[in-house]
Amino acid sequence: MSEVAKTSRRRWLLFAPLGVAAGCGVGFYAMLNGMRTGSFDPRGVPSTLVGHPPPDFTLPAMEGIDRPALEAADLRGLGRPALVNFWASWCVPCIVEHPQLMRLARQGVPVFGVNYKDQAPAAQAFLARHGNPFQRLGVDAPGRVAIDWGVYGVPETYLLDKDGLVRWRWAGPITPEVFEQDLTPLLRRYA
Amino acid sequence: MMRALLILCVLAMPALAAVGNPEDRLRDASQEARAQAIGRDLRCLVCQNQSIEDSDAAVAADLRRIVRERVVAGDDDARIIDFVHDRYGDFVLLRPPVNAATALLWATPVLALLGGILAIRTMRRRAATAPEAAPLTEAERSRLAQLDETPRA
Repeated sequence: MSEVAKTSRRRWLLFAPLGVAAGCGVGFYAMLNGMRTGSFDPRGVPSTLVGHPPPDFTLPAMEGIDRPALEAADLRGLGRPALVNFWASWCVPCIVEHPQLMRLARQGVPVFGVNYKDQAPAAQAFLARHGNPFQRLGVDAPGRVAIDWGVYGVPETYLLDKDGLVRWRWAGPITPEVFEQDLTPLLRRYA
Repeated sequence: MMRALLILCVLAMPALAAVGNPEDRLRDASQEARAQAIGRDLRCLVCQNQSIEDSDAAVAADLRRIVRERVVAGDDDARIIDFVHDRYGDFVLLRPPVNAATALLWATPVLALLGGILAIRTMRRRAATAPEAAPLTEAERSRLAQLDETPRA
């Protein structure tokens, strides 16, 4: 290799750090952009239930509320998409999302509730005040059934397709935006 | 003596701080040690940079309790980890499993080592084959002599 060729290759190497920095920049921009649009969430815990039936479980009904208890068999063979919502009266985002659950119930979508680590009087007062969107309501006071579902905080909502398979999990409140942009198209797709 | 005692206290502190509620700890020290070792490999879903042993989140406390129940019931470590892994996925494992998504992560040390070896070998070869420096020209030699003679300040 001639001296000249060697020097020009060295000079080219000078730009290598610049290239690496540019590559990192593009990568980080894509990550930040994904975080803004919601397509990338570094803190998101993907649900292992997606594509599978819910775990086997039996939960008692809530006293003082005119709704039957909830168990795994109630979620099978509905023939239409349904939602399972984990909530608690002490959970502030649950108040935020409650109007959307009421809206779904009015639209005729079956909404099943699991009351998580709550006290019956507080939960009853919550439903009396904000309305009761649930077709069935199970009480999970120890929070064990929630762990079987992979719940790590309330509210969490699972969408089941007409065959009873979990298709979507939303950790956090169902805001009007989530209702319009995610839930409505999904309900149509799995109908 | 005092220093030894102090060091012992400092070393023992993490053990005291391990579980939020001392009542949740197992009576049997060896079982408790096993439960803590398992818990330190499980990531808290809420405080995501802590293990369930270190976190104060309610879900972490629940998982600590489940791990201890299973330890007492006689499950081996792998089964207990699988129990949590089945419910929360790869995210819960502080030691990521080797799969398509983590292959690059696991391969990085090997790749870095190979890259370093390659770089050293290339540099050595280049040094060995470098041409002998050309002898100084007459003009350079006289300039050098001149520099040598320049008195220092």
